Amino acid sequence: MTEMTMVKAINAGLRRAMADDPKVVVMGEDVGRLGGVFRITDGLLDEFGAARVIDTPLAESGIMGTAVGLALRGYRPVVEIQFDGFVYPAFDQIVCQVAKLHYRTRGNVKMPITIRIPWAGGVGAAEHHSESPEAYFVHTSGLRVIAVSNPQDAYVMLRQAIASDDPVVYFEPKRLYHQKGEVDLDVDLADAPPMGLARVAREGSDVTLLTYGSQVTTALDAAIAAEDEGVSIEVIDLRSLSPVDYRTVTASVRKTGRVVVTHEAAKEAGVGAELVASVTERCFHYLEAPPQRVTGHDIPYPPAKLEKYHIPDLDRILDAVDRVLDKPNSLTGLEEWRTAETGRAGVGGGVL
Amino acid sequence: MAHTLTTPDLAVGVDDVARLLTPDGERIADPDLGRWVADVDHELLRGLYRDMVLVRRIDTEGIALQRQGQVGLWAPCQGQEAVQVGTARALRADDFAFPSYREIGVNFVRGAKPADFVIAWRGEEHSTFNPYDINTATPQIIIGAQTLHAVGYAMGIQRDGADQVAATYFGDGATSQGDVNEAMIFASSFRAPVVFVCSNNQYAISEPVTVQAKYPIAGRAPGFGIPSVRIDGNDVLASLAAMRWAIDHARSGKGPAYIEAVTYRIGPHTTSDDPTRYRSKDEVERWKQRDPIARVEALLRAEGAFDDEFAASVASDADELGAKVREATLTATSREPIGVLDHVYEEPHTGLQEQRREFGAYLAGFEASEEASR
Repeated sequence: MTEMTMVKAINAGLRRAMADDPKVVVMGEDVGRLGGVFRITDGLLDEFGAARVIDTPLAESGIMGTAVGLALRGYRPVVEIQFDGFVYPAFDQIVCQVAKLHYRTRGNVKMPITIRIPWAGGVGAAEHHSESPEAYFVHTSGLRVIAVSNPQDAYVMLRQAIASDDPVVYFEPKRLYHQKGEVDLDVDLADAPPMGLARVAREGSDVTLLTYGSQVTTALDAAIAAEDEGVSIEVIDLRSLSPVDYRTVTASVRKTGRVVVTHEAAKEAGVGAELVASVTERCFHYLEAPPQRVTGHDIPYPPAKLEKYHIPDLDRILDAVDRVLDKPNSLTGLEEWRTAETGRAGVGGGVL
Repeated sequence: MAHTLTTPDLAVGVDDVARLLTPDGERIADPDLGRWVADVDHELLRGLYRDMVLVRRIDTEGIALQRQGQVGLWAPCQGQEAVQVGTARALRADDFAFPSYREIGVNFVRGAKPADFVIAWRGEEHSTFNPYDINTATPQIIIGAQTLHAVGYAMGIQRDGADQVAATYFGDGATSQGDVNEAMIFASSFRAPVVFVCSNNQYAISEPVTVQAKYPIAGRAPGFGIPSVRIDGNDVLASLAAMRWAIDHARSGKGPAYIEAVTYRIGPHTTSDDPTRYRSKDEVERWKQRDPIARVEALLRAEGAFDDEFAASVASDADELGAKVREATLTATSREPIGVLDHVYEEPHTGLQEQRREFGAYLAGFEASEEASR
């Protein structure tokens, strides 16, 4: 085991994948000489050469579309999208081509593309540099979606993503890039847990807290704080957003009977909405309280100085824990108001 | 030239093109293109003629099948047979083509089977042929997306140290898309062995090419560092010659090449639109006078290489192919209902597996009730 940051772990994962398979190519803006704006690809150009570490023109759709062509030719492109908000110009190629070519050709064409996206906020970045677009990709059949939360997972799951014959969108939380953790660089992929499995990051008995990626650290902090108040929170790091490991999720919910989901992305039609719906379908009779979501607001990502009011923090998570435990919380009183408003509104009511 | 301080004149004319065969079927000299088809004899010419007639027959059959409700939609290629057949004939079997949905002639030359032309439009499959069987990508519907795939594939060829080329086909409307421009930048920057074939058929559904271009489309390529040629797309010899030049350029390591083939779509964009709303009868008639097939027939006749026996054999081949296309349509069968869930992922995806179990159980319920009612 070696202690290292997530940046170093991803770098090691790329190096290992490239060494293992000559068909693996890394491509993106500034990934060569500069080693990437986050230095994730540092040293790869010198080691593997410009044919395998490709500094591309500044065109995200171009990067993704040429990766499709390389995959058709038998290569395994690992594409770096420089920042989350820059994936939108490549969206068409991802959802119409990368995700669908295997289906379109009835399995004749494989798309083993890994799309690495430095992701989400909390680092004081400029506009378009702190987006959480994961729900768009979870909603797209044909893609696998991964969100890592620690160096060991980042290392192992990147190698698994690259080895997968399916396209994988791989989200890397920028906020956790420089957190250190133990990494087993010699892990054998054959022995590692499959990429889709969730991880019980902390065991607990009162409330199940579902989260992923950038929020895992905050969720664990909330669980520690709750313990002081006598509440035992089980934190589940989903790791895979498509597919979701519902076996692990429902086992926990059946034990605790209470669910809080937290993520940084906006609430409406987000991953949390999907999780709550699926958990309710599967565990309705086990639930002691309505599941709660703690998410980013339904707003464009705010300016950096205000992002602390957008990203769910420890207190907002604990407030939701109070809600599922029926303890006094910030919505006490507001629930009645909401019910009353909803009752008065409705089609033709003119209040919606 | 490092700057242009004046606006160029509008130059979207259809006669400012290189050609080797006049609309009357007279073979003419062209200093640049001529040498690429110096070897073309009557046998090859008759082959090109035959291919074009067969492609037109597939097209005619497709339109008829749509009118009869046997396919949901059809995108006709009548009038564009020369550029499709002429360029595709210049490709080697191990080169890789990336066509749009209108390239019936390209797919025919690449070896597509009768069913391959109709099954997707009938809605049975998204793609009939396996792209690797005929080294041709599934016809692309998203406008211009395939140009990037071709460039990426060509980058793969480079990395393999192979001498193949990738060729991509698209229309004049596609040249307005970001992807096509990005494809040209990637191709040029990496000197990828790729050939761009723009079939300028004058309209993007109803929008004339003047909405896409104020300067000849071929004129854009040099701005990307890509040599180009603007040819008469209704001239199969010019199409063959230009493509041989372009492929030679790409195959010999000089990077991408670009062809703008000026042509015309005689029919509608698809069977869903009404071209009389946006084109005059006179315009269509003028273009019919430039018909790519009649042009080759005139040449062959003038040179004594077109007789009744040849005409009859081509007509018989066309009848046979038309019948096969029709039969493939009428005998097409759909997958089992559960099959809609197939091939979404290469490896098992637990979420979809669960839906498959649920939908399978639902379907099995019908079988059980049918069983019980017997």
